[in-house]
Amino acid sequence: MSTNPFFANLDQIFILLRNWLVGFLPAALQPAAGVLLGVIAIVCVFPGLFALTTVFERKGLGRIQNRIGPNRVGPYGLFQPIADGIKSLTKEDIVPLSANAAVHFLAPLALVVTVFMGFAVLPMGRNMVLVDMDSGLLFFFAMGAATELSVFMAGWSSRNKYSLLGAMRAVAQMISYEVVLLLSSVAVVMITGSLSLPKIVAAQDQYTGIFPHWYIFTPWGLAGFFMYAIAATAETNRSPFDLPEGESELVAGYHTEYSGFKFALFFLGEYLAMFSISGLGTTLFLGGWSAPLSFLQFIPSWIWFFGKVMMSIFVFIWVRGTLPRLRQDQLMNFAWKFVLPYTLLNLLVTALWRFMGEGWQRWVICTVILAAAYIVMGRLGMRGEHFGRRSYRYAE
Amino acid sequence: MLGDGILKGMAETARNFFGSYVSKERLTTVEYPEHRIPTVENARVFPFLVYDGSDWEAGMRCVACQICEKECPPKCIYIEKSAGKKPDYVGKPQFYPARFDIDISVCMSCQICVEVCPFEAIKMDTQFELATDDRFGGLLEDRQKLARSNEYYHSIHPTEAAEVDARLAEEKAKVEAKAKAAAEAAAAKAASANAAASTNPAPPAAPPAKTEGGS
Repeated sequence: MSTNPFFANLDQIFILLRNWLVGFLPAALQPAAGVLLGVIAIVCVFPGLFALTTVFERKGLGRIQNRIGPNRVGPYGLFQPIADGIKSLTKEDIVPLSANAAVHFLAPLALVVTVFMGFAVLPMGRNMVLVDMDSGLLFFFAMGAATELSVFMAGWSSRNKYSLLGAMRAVAQMISYEVVLLLSSVAVVMITGSLSLPKIVAAQDQYTGIFPHWYIFTPWGLAGFFMYAIAATAETNRSPFDLPEGESELVAGYHTEYSGFKFALFFLGEYLAMFSISGLGTTLFLGGWSAPLSFLQFIPSWIWFFGKVMMSIFVFIWVRGTLPRLRQDQLMNFAWKFVLPYTLLNLLVTALWRFMGEGWQRWVICTVILAAAYIVMGRLGMRGEHFGRRSYRYAE
Repeated sequence: MLGDGILKGMAETARNFFGSYVSKERLTTVEYPEHRIPTVENARVFPFLVYDGSDWEAGMRCVACQICEKECPPKCIYIEKSAGKKPDYVGKPQFYPARFDIDISVCMSCQICVEVCPFEAIKMDTQFELATDDRFGGLLEDRQKLARSNEYYHSIHPTEAAEVDARLAEEKAKVEAKAKAAAEAAAAKAASANAAASTNPAPPAAPPAKTEGGS
């Protein structure tokens, strides 16, 4: 919190703006109008970020592959999303003859709506949360789980073998990693003692010297954050876990039979899911809207939140530009044999951390347990794996 | 350890990401319509017809022998022989194509027409910007559109064109030497016939003038 009134007002500028606008209405309508304004803000800001992210992703991937990336539409290709939007709007909307038209139509809508619901509980700045729910985390995961339904609706209603295979993979993958996602977040809830996301951020918005009390700076938080990041990548179907839409084997997976704006909605839903899950990761482990160093607190909280989210998106893109896609069995083995046991262990370590009280001992013990477990599980998991030149049985 | 391969990979991609902003060697893209690299000499796209001199119709080397039409695998060449004849590069009267069409939407750039042509009349072009919005007429090239000067041929394939010119010059010289020998033989015959009548034979003609290389 800044003492300078200018920065304090800048920090709360959106709240003040909302209150000023709502002030023109009669008192009876004010709460509803305030919520409506918040919804409008979310519905405008995140698709705008999505548009920017698509072009930055393409440029970033290009640079990773030593290419230039799109630079034709507008200065530095920044208007590319507008061209893409016009293109997807003017394309023919094809519904397969044998598809179940109603479900086929509803699937992209269900995806985008449920993804948007998740933003309702994310604190995007000091006091900037649409609904301060006591069980915000639970609500978020409930909405996140509903995206699986829409993916399966899309795959099933298309009546296409690739769509159905993609949807089956998506459901198997998302349910497997949903467990990890939840369990890695439970560690935070155990420490904070609350499911309310603003309370979780408030618990991290404290400083020792200049350093913040973010959960990622604790042994269990670091391990939990990595497990959360892996699960989040799988949950949003991003590379290297993009099996549900593996182009090389499934055309496009569950959205094979979608064209035009319905396809654009799937695309939007995927990126919005990335934003919301990055936002949640930021809230749980990276201190939400709190500043990384105590003397940087004068910078408005919403800048920190969106900066952290965009950094997470950059890491998503970076990982996508680096790693090849996993095989289905590797994906499942990784989820159930490594990530899930490690997350469960992390829960135990978190409990240990909670009950050992203050002091340096808990740092040492928790770090040693987690590091040793990582090394042992890694060794065990890679036992019998031979890395080296690939040998072919018939092709040589 | 588990995961060190991932870190190595991430470091590599990060190096590429930042390196492509500073190092010209990394970023090899040539932004085509604004910047272009010169085509290599052996590039080939679609065939064209070579003509000598400045008049495409008079100087066209093609004699409408129709070998290329018959050899063309996708059958994209259509030739109609002329009724009359015109002199070729050595002055011999030859047929010429009254019509010579190549449908470049069918052509597969195999260069077989070039290889079978005994008259060095058809060669491969390097011009590749042939996009048109008329997919029927726009891609059917007639003999005027196909005609390119020998100078143009020299400018796109200098080595090959020099070889072709040397070969043609040699052939022309051979033909002229033969003609001269025949003329000399005829002259000698006439002279010997004359010698019987007169005692003052004509001196032999000057040595045949070497044709300058090319057209």
